Amino acid sequence: MQFEYEIEGGNFSRAGYASSEVKKRLRQLNVDLQIVKRIVVALYEAEVNVVAHAYQGKMIVEIDEKKILLVLEDSGPGIADIEKAMEEGFSTASAEVREMGFGAGMGLSNIKKNVDHLEITSEVGEGTRVEMITYMNKGR
Amino acid sequence: MKHADFHHALKILKEVCIGCTHCMNICPTEAIRVKNGKAELIDNRCVDCGFCYRVCPVNAIIVEQDDFNRIFEYKIRVALVPAVLTGQFPDNITTRQIHSELMELGFTHVYEVEQGVEVLHETMTEYIKKNRDTKPLISAFCPAIVRLIQVKFPALVENLIHLKPPLDISALYFRRHLVDDGHDKNDIGIFYITPCAAKIAAVKSPVGEKDSPITGVINMDFIFNKVYTRIKQGNGDSCIVPEIINMSARSVLWSLTNGESAHAAGRCMAVDEIHNVINFLEQLENEEMKDIDFLELRACDESCAGGVLTTANRFFTVERLKKRATLSEPEHDKKKQGGSKNIIHYKNRLKQKMHLQPVQPRSMLKLDEDMSEALKKMKRVQEISKCLPEVDCAACGSPNCQSFAEDIVQGYAKLNQCVFVQRIFEKKGILSAEESFNIMKEIWGSDKLDKNC
Repeated sequence: MQFEYEIEGGNFSRAGYASSEVKKRLRQLNVDLQIVKRIVVALYEAEVNVVAHAYQGKMIVEIDEKKILLVLEDSGPGIADIEKAMEEGFSTASAEVREMGFGAGMGLSNIKKNVDHLEITSEVGEGTRVEMITYMNKGR
Repeated sequence: MKHADFHHALKILKEVCIGCTHCMNICPTEAIRVKNGKAELIDNRCVDCGFCYRVCPVNAIIVEQDDFNRIFEYKIRVALVPAVLTGQFPDNITTRQIHSELMELGFTHVYEVEQGVEVLHETMTEYIKKNRDTKPLISAFCPAIVRLIQVKFPALVENLIHLKPPLDISALYFRRHLVDDGHDKNDIGIFYITPCAAKIAAVKSPVGEKDSPITGVINMDFIFNKVYTRIKQGNGDSCIVPEIINMSARSVLWSLTNGESAHAAGRCMAVDEIHNVINFLEQLENEEMKDIDFLELRACDESCAGGVLTTANRFFTVERLKKRATLSEPEHDKKKQGGSKNIIHYKNRLKQKMHLQPVQPRSMLKLDEDMSEALKKMKRVQEISKCLPEVDCAACGSPNCQSFAEDIVQGYAKLNQCVFVQRIFEKKGILSAEESFNIMKEIWGSDKLDKNC
């Protein structure tokens, strides 16, 4: 089962739409409530990252009985030092973005806490790919 | 569809319903479908918010109440009235006058629901302190909201404050109080005058409680009409002068928007009107708003002042209650009110009975209990959705294309009920015009299609 959603860079009024849609699907599939809770937090974080930093992107969701695979791909500035970006509190967000309550530098570490597997690949000037996996039978 | 064991106060009168879709379109939980030209309620989705009752143009939806004459089965007949009742009447009619008319109608005692607020508030403050780690804590005041969370936001069930609403606490208190006064408990009938349908459902099939301390429920509009008629016809010079126990400003305003959140500690928010609440909770789930401590959520706009069974304009009701609150006695005087039978003296006994049993989630959203089955169904929903026009015209009898696709997969509807699909099928020669016509008749009844155009 696969779903795909477009994410528009810079449009915060739409940020969260894709995450909400995925949440609805997971609920329909009777996925464990705690798993849904964690995934949605990670997914929303990742979606807002695309909106805040990239020009455009998409979210691809693949679900089967064993796991949920979430991929967010964007074309944007990319991340120069992924390790540094994973540190709590590190942020490159502009003052404008911070004013809206985003960009506190907790995003990536928060994602990591809420999924079983996280892989980030990025090319500066090209874009970023975030892959997250959550297993169904974990945490039950 | 699946019938669940829930009492709903809302009933659709089939013989009156004209199958117009107003109710189906406004229902926040997509709990209504149209079949054979009549609206049908899906029991396990309905949260008794009563929005359908509000929009029905022919009054085909009713709020089922107890027969008024049931009060006379009891020797002690208590009318338990919410503060918003006074707010239904013009300013020149006093609370005392309203209560005395209620006694003329046959009640032996008239008590106000919000008497229970001070005790609840104290317990709630302790509860919030103790459960600080759960954020946000959500008030269980509004029964439509409790049910909404059960069916639509099952993951938030654990955020509900498991304390009974003032109504139940007051009913327990007055029952106790009357028994202590020497009355036989079997002689006591406590009847709640309700501003909404959800409270009736909560009394008839309580969530988190074994049974309700309330004997019966009577609709506020019914009582308003009876009392106001008596006053208008000049019967208003009743000689019964009931005792009115003064309430704190907090108690008077508790059922209004911000009534609870104004008195909780930390970062508190109040959201009213069920569609607003749904949007808010959707966002809450996404963003893990860790810094909200307390949430007051109410199904009606302006909370209980906007209940579906109220008669007055809700803004006037709010104004009147606010005026009354400014006249309330300061809090340090509260022990004087009601003497030794004051609720404060029952505090410890009530506190033991104030907690709710764990509220269970009962998600209406899952396509199937079994996940691999649910996955199969979801694939089919996705395929079917590609054929649908996304017009959400509701001509199929479901509220929108998405729910129609789900209805098909669950076996409650057929793809050829869609008017757009019918045209496509007709063009392809799969369906005849006559067959399409008959399908529409099945959904909308023959009345709508037997017209001479």
